[in-house]
Amino acid sequence: MGVPDQILPILLGLAVLAPLASFVIILLFGPNLGKQGVGGAYVATGAIVCSAILSFLAGFIWLSSHMPPATVHHHDEHHEASDHAESKQHGPELHGSLEQDSHFALAKFSEEVEGDESGEHQDEEHGEAAQHDADADDAENFIPPVYTGHWYSLGRFMVGTPYEADVSINYYIDSLTIIMFCMVTFIASCIHFYASGYMHDELHEFTDPEVIMKDGSNLVRPGRYHRFFQYLSLFCFSMLGLVLAGNIAMTFVFWELVGICSYFLIGFYVERHSASTAANKAFIVNRIGDFGMLIGLMALWASLGTFNFGDIDRNNDGTPEEGLFSLMRPEASNHKLQAPDGMVALGAKDRIEELVLKAEDGTTREELEDDVAEMIPVWREGELEEDSTKYGYTLLVIAGLGIFCGCVGKSAQFPLHTWLPDAMEGPTPVSALVHSATMVAAGVFLVARFYPVFAPEVLFVIACTGCITLFIGATIAIVATDIKRVLAYSTVSQLGYMMLALGLGGWTAGVMHLVTHAFFKSLLFMCSGSVIHAVHTNEMTEMGGLRKKMPFTAYTMLVGCIAIAGVGIPSALGLPFGLSGYYSKDSILEQAYSYMIVNPIMGSVFFYAALGGAVITAFYMFRMWFLTFAGEPRDQKRYDHAHESPKVMYVPLVILAVMAAGVAWPFFGELGTEGDTYGFGLYNFIEQGRPLGLWLENDMASNHMFSDWLELSWPHESKSHAANIKGPVGLMAIGTAILGISLAAAMYLWRFLNPEDARKAFAPIYNFLVNKWKFDEAYNAVFVKPTHVVAWCIATFDKQWIDRFLESLVFGTRRISGFLSTYIDKLCVDGLINGVASRCYSIGHGLQKIQTGSLRQYVMFIVVGTITVFVLLSFWSYAIAQ
Amino acid sequence: MEWLTPDILTEPVGLSHFLAVGAFLFVTGAVCMATKRNTLGILMGIELVLNGANINFVAFASPYFREDNLGLDGHLMALFVIVLAAAEAAVALAIALNYYNNYATIDVDKANELKG
Repeated sequence: MGVPDQILPILLGLAVLAPLASFVIILLFGPNLGKQGVGGAYVATGAIVCSAILSFLAGFIWLSSHMPPATVHHHDEHHEASDHAESKQHGPELHGSLEQDSHFALAKFSEEVEGDESGEHQDEEHGEAAQHDADADDAENFIPPVYTGHWYSLGRFMVGTPYEADVSINYYIDSLTIIMFCMVTFIASCIHFYASGYMHDELHEFTDPEVIMKDGSNLVRPGRYHRFFQYLSLFCFSMLGLVLAGNIAMTFVFWELVGICSYFLIGFYVERHSASTAANKAFIVNRIGDFGMLIGLMALWASLGTFNFGDIDRNNDGTPEEGLFSLMRPEASNHKLQAPDGMVALGAKDRIEELVLKAEDGTTREELEDDVAEMIPVWREGELEEDSTKYGYTLLVIAGLGIFCGCVGKSAQFPLHTWLPDAMEGPTPVSALVHSATMVAAGVFLVARFYPVFAPEVLFVIACTGCITLFIGATIAIVATDIKRVLAYSTVSQLGYMMLALGLGGWTAGVMHLVTHAFFKSLLFMCSGSVIHAVHTNEMTEMGGLRKKMPFTAYTMLVGCIAIAGVGIPSALGLPFGLSGYYSKDSILEQAYSYMIVNPIMGSVFFYAALGGAVITAFYMFRMWFLTFAGEPRDQKRYDHAHESPKVMYVPLVILAVMAAGVAWPFFGELGTEGDTYGFGLYNFIEQGRPLGLWLENDMASNHMFSDWLELSWPHESKSHAANIKGPVGLMAIGTAILGISLAAAMYLWRFLNPEDARKAFAPIYNFLVNKWKFDEAYNAVFVKPTHVVAWCIATFDKQWIDRFLESLVFGTRRISGFLSTYIDKLCVDGLINGVASRCYSIGHGLQKIQTGSLRQYVMFIVVGTITVFVLLSFWSYAIAQ
Repeated sequence: MEWLTPDILTEPVGLSHFLAVGAFLFVTGAVCMATKRNTLGILMGIELVLNGANINFVAFASPYFREDNLGLDGHLMALFVIVLAAAEAAVALAIALNYYNNYATIDVDKANELKG
């Protein structure tokens, strides 16, 4: 199919393997690489920089062959022009009138009719569009370009059955993959450089100030510099492999690898009790999520017998094996989500058995199979007269929820978010990597990747989870005083934003926030690491005024804070412009607003939670910045000790600050062809990968699970860019940012308001938040304590009964074997052998006497013996003769 | 008086006479081996025994005494025994000399180190 088809898998495959090679090299030769293993840093950094170069090369190749469509009018302010584009993008669904959005539910019927027409229209078009040619103008028929392929088959199972499944290493490359590759490798490169400076303490004997030995001295251990980089490399390899994976089984493998790497790195200071328990916590909490993910995997395999995302043409014969996405959203039904035949057949097992029982004698197997195949669409739609169950749909929901469970664990969503703040125990570069580009991004990435499989119910659950998480995380971050914990809870909150956006149908908004968040959060973490490096404490109460001492850190961190707060000029005030967080957060809010228009009740909960979260985000980020860098030093000793970090640490900060500011600017690429659209940006690039068929499901509420009590519709994402949404939301967003920042400034910079007073006034709430909503206590009481009690009971039973039983068995066995040993072994067997031996000995002893050594006697013996023989022979022959 | 003149004395010289001489030599040799304490005496006894046997071989090989004689095989065996005796004498004399070197005697009764 051309150059990208050939070269992209090779480039990205090499980008995945480079960190693995680095890991193996450091694993084998780590301590010998340079003095104290300092060469490990060069190897690991070189490998990840190679990966970054390869990824960006792949990105350029991708862009040169698939320029993203420019139809998204992210920044337009002209109402008319927007209308024009809107109608163009949605074709038959929207008749050019934006007011129709608000009457969306009413207009359902006509949409359905129109939708069918558009479906037929699309079918005709597909023949040409299937060549992955990004037709920029015709968004309606735009098919996201995807490259899938097969590398290596690990094993085929259940060959010859309908559930034949192939577990293999293959790839799935779309614009999401490319963007994730560029983002992960770029940030990881910066972090590698930064870490080579940050971890220099590990280059010699390391005295751990937090580990006190029994004799009162601090623990002194050899440095583990190379080991740190070894884990970093493995981490990057796992994350890149996860992004490239072309099937869910392979994803799961890399998923677990990411988990184990985070375990190693969070527990890097393994001698510290807090670090090892935090590592355990991260690992165990993730296992809980992965359990759900396994259930999802089983549901998929048991019903569909494939793990592949996309269609893979293994034999290059033009007949690709269907992957999950095309099974779930078949081209024939216009990419509308439906339970695949396999799921329906599994769900309607009883029905099939009924058919088999009812069958008349003589019905052949083929006829029966034809009957079943005929009935499957009926069962799927629940069109039986006596039974309106939609068979297979439950399985679809279970599969989606199961996969999302894994994402909940990995992306630290409520209720499994408790591991993430504890993961601060790792070295700061690890926090930056775990909390921006790799571990937590993996969960959001998987939701985005698996988006075509999620049923509306699942999307609703995702949105609720994200909403709760963003609120919990934001509120706890207000009261945290540990600089890294503020950022950790901020991460939890921002991940909630991403999940919320994804759950509300804002695929592009969610993924975009993932990317921009990765940049500014890694920047913030590395800045905080630089501060900790300088003052040797995490407590913000002991900092203050540090901007004079460390200007680079202070102002790059300010950029990060502005970016995460989403400060920007809203489109209503002229040219929209802002730092990266502005674009992504606005997209999320716009999508939430658009959702609120369609679903007033649930939508307003989501929207106002997101809006409130935005206020709180701005507040706690600037609270942190003011406490750390502004005002007067609160601890003079620490202030005097503080110094700017070495160049190798602050140069990555500057680079990341530039990226955090500008990554979402819509300036690269050519100008749009239409008057109302200009610029290609990250948004367009991401939008290029949006799964097929999402906008055909405006009536996703018409499903049986929610229809009784909750009517929900998912508006298409591009509607959220309409001017009547963009205007008010932009103003509200900037309003929240300004409100949050000024509140923080009033309390912590100008001191109009005394934080102490606020603390006293809201003492119960403050305590509740300081205790992190008492999640740890609750989990302790609900899960850990009962587990301990049950374990104690079982241990007692074990000791009292099982051990006693076993001990009595042991006693009996000993008695029996003692008897056998005494009487059988010692007496009979030994006696027999000893008797034979002593008999031989005494015979030999007797014969010794005739061995006189006298020569003459021997001659006599010979003579006498010979004569005796003759005499005897004579007698014998005489006797025979007689 | 018949017992004074057994057949062997009266009949013409034949096989029996040779066998009688051989037997006499053999017994003399054996007695010599059993009674002499001197190593050289024992060696002489061995020679007598061997030669007694040799006489038997030669007698049995003679075509004048028996129809089914041993023929040349008997002579050959006799020659072998002579060669064997020569070799044995050489070895035995060497042993005797060594024995004398070690014990300053050739009395075999003194050599009882093989006693078990």
